Amino acid sequence: MLYREAGQFKTSYETDAAIFPIRQDRIAMALVILVAFVAVPLFASPYIFTGILIPFLILTLAAIGLNILTGYAGQLSLGTAAFMAVGAFATYNFVLRIPGIPILLAFALSGVVAALVGIVFGLPSLRIRGFYLAVATLAAQFFIVWFLTKVGWISNYSSSGVITAQPIVILGYTFTAPAAKYLLVLSIVAVMALAAKNMARGNVGRSWMAVRDMDVAAEVIGIRLMRAKLLAFAVSSFYCGVAGALFAYAYLGTVEPEAFNLDLSFRVLFMVIIGGVGTVLGSFLGAAFVTLVPVLLSVSVRFLDRNLGLHIAESTISNLELMVFGGLIIFFLIVEPHGLARLWQIGKEKLRLWPFPH
Amino acid sequence: MSFFFEVLIGGLLSGVMYSLVALGFVLIYKASGVFNFAQGAMVFFAALTYVGLLEQGFSPWLAVPATLVVMVILALLTERFVLRPLVNQPQISLFMATIGLTFFIEGLAQIAWGANVRGLELGVQDEPMQWLVEATGIGISKFDIVAAGVAAVLVTLIALFFNRTRIGRALRAVADDHQAALAVGIPLQQIWAIVWGVAGAVALVAGLLWGARNGVQYALTFVALKALPVLILGGFDSVPGAIVGGLIIGATEKLAEVYLGPYVGGGIEGWFPYVLALLFLLVRPEGLFGEKIIRRI
Repeated sequence: MLYREAGQFKTSYETDAAIFPIRQDRIAMALVILVAFVAVPLFASPYIFTGILIPFLILTLAAIGLNILTGYAGQLSLGTAAFMAVGAFATYNFVLRIPGIPILLAFALSGVVAALVGIVFGLPSLRIRGFYLAVATLAAQFFIVWFLTKVGWISNYSSSGVITAQPIVILGYTFTAPAAKYLLVLSIVAVMALAAKNMARGNVGRSWMAVRDMDVAAEVIGIRLMRAKLLAFAVSSFYCGVAGALFAYAYLGTVEPEAFNLDLSFRVLFMVIIGGVGTVLGSFLGAAFVTLVPVLLSVSVRFLDRNLGLHIAESTISNLELMVFGGLIIFFLIVEPHGLARLWQIGKEKLRLWPFPH
Repeated sequence: MSFFFEVLIGGLLSGVMYSLVALGFVLIYKASGVFNFAQGAMVFFAALTYVGLLEQGFSPWLAVPATLVVMVILALLTERFVLRPLVNQPQISLFMATIGLTFFIEGLAQIAWGANVRGLELGVQDEPMQWLVEATGIGISKFDIVAAGVAAVLVTLIALFFNRTRIGRALRAVADDHQAALAVGIPLQQIWAIVWGVAGAVALVAGLLWGARNGVQYALTFVALKALPVLILGGFDSVPGAIVGGLIIGATEKLAEVYLGPYVGGGIEGWFPYVLALLFLLVRPEGLFGEKIIRRI
């Protein structure tokens, strides 16, 4: 009863293809945006901003990027973190070498640089597919991190490639407070998430999905494979690049190429898989899961440790977290192979009927 | 010139070590279509268990079978709790599950045996053989020769196992088609338990050799990453591919580091194998010995 389409007639193709075709969805979306922009900054503490919300949003952006490539276009990639690194270091150089460049423009340009690098490493996808491609993207992961460490010019000749992000200044206002950084990141993520959803429903997204489902058949019905695949790599890398720039500028501050290692790539891949492949909502849910679980685990283990007097060694706790995290991933894959986004779908089905059984 | 040969042979022999790890991947991929990322963690776990048992006072001859038993138990548990519930899921889900398994095994190994770096003594010296240096000017470690011998024996055994035994034939049938294999009465679950057990045994051998060379430590898990370009070069489903791929990767990686490295600042060993394998794939998308995939609409 609460959630139903009945009575919402669509009289034109545009309304049918809208991003949020149902009124309840639009209301819910507006509420979420309102809460995120107004209520959260009023009540959250600085720790919640810097420790949870900002990394969550940034990783969501990276997960959307990977989701475009893996979920929509079906090209498995293990090099996400490398494209984030390209974004971070490109922004650093734009701000350093072009005095007075607006920081938002620098973010966008670094996304473009990441997109170009993505196209280069996407070229093999025209020939190889599946796990062969996944392993091939590892070449991007290792090569780019090595390159950023070795070429001194990129990090302005600092030792071992460490860069310190310049302050974020927009129209004379310096973003230093956690809440301000949060709002900046949130705005960028909200706009780019909407753009991703928009892309997914249109021509481009449909051609990606056709390529994902069967590339030979897609080619036969007239989709240009090369264009679709390379576009997916470019757009995906653009998102990852911007995410990487935010990772350095709004979250870490000081960053070295090694921060963008294979571990980060895997974490982003987990977000996509656990959240749900091929959904933008899934990227949010997956990122929330992967950011929150370690925090909850360490809190609960320490809580048990104190109250039961177990006195577990620090290294054991971190290993225990590793085990539980690994176990949870397996558990979720078994219980809900289509990801958390699927749970939301099931919930919507239930709400459609509620409070009646049929 | 003798320096070139020394680098080449050293590279080939270290390639043998990569092959050993790659072999574990190939076995599981061949029999279940699962890309088992946890192979590196299994190598680490096996080496750590062996060293841990030695510290508990086991004799080396007793510790090997005991570790083998542990690896088989691990294989059985993996089959029961990870693979069986995920039958018929897309490959990517299984791949992700093995990454979860990697975390689990790494945590388990370090909780059970501690995270200290430990030495492992196999009774074979890892120094250049003196008489060979005097005769030809090329320094080759005795340890490398033993490793190569072990790899050769292992590959022969596995080849015989796959081609000559009933279980081996069943494995190949399962690899071809899960459903058809089930239909003719091949017990899928037993087969998977066996193949994971064999992969565990291969991991033990690889773990002992790598542990003896580099010390038993967390870094052993990264060895698995080195095995990946070996795999794509040789083909995921080919045992000879794993060996030949390992040799090629080992040799070119060392040669590149020595001859190209100085020009670009060194440290290229980390990515060179991947780029090499990538360029190779552009020519042959299914690797050297991989099965050619014909796609139909």
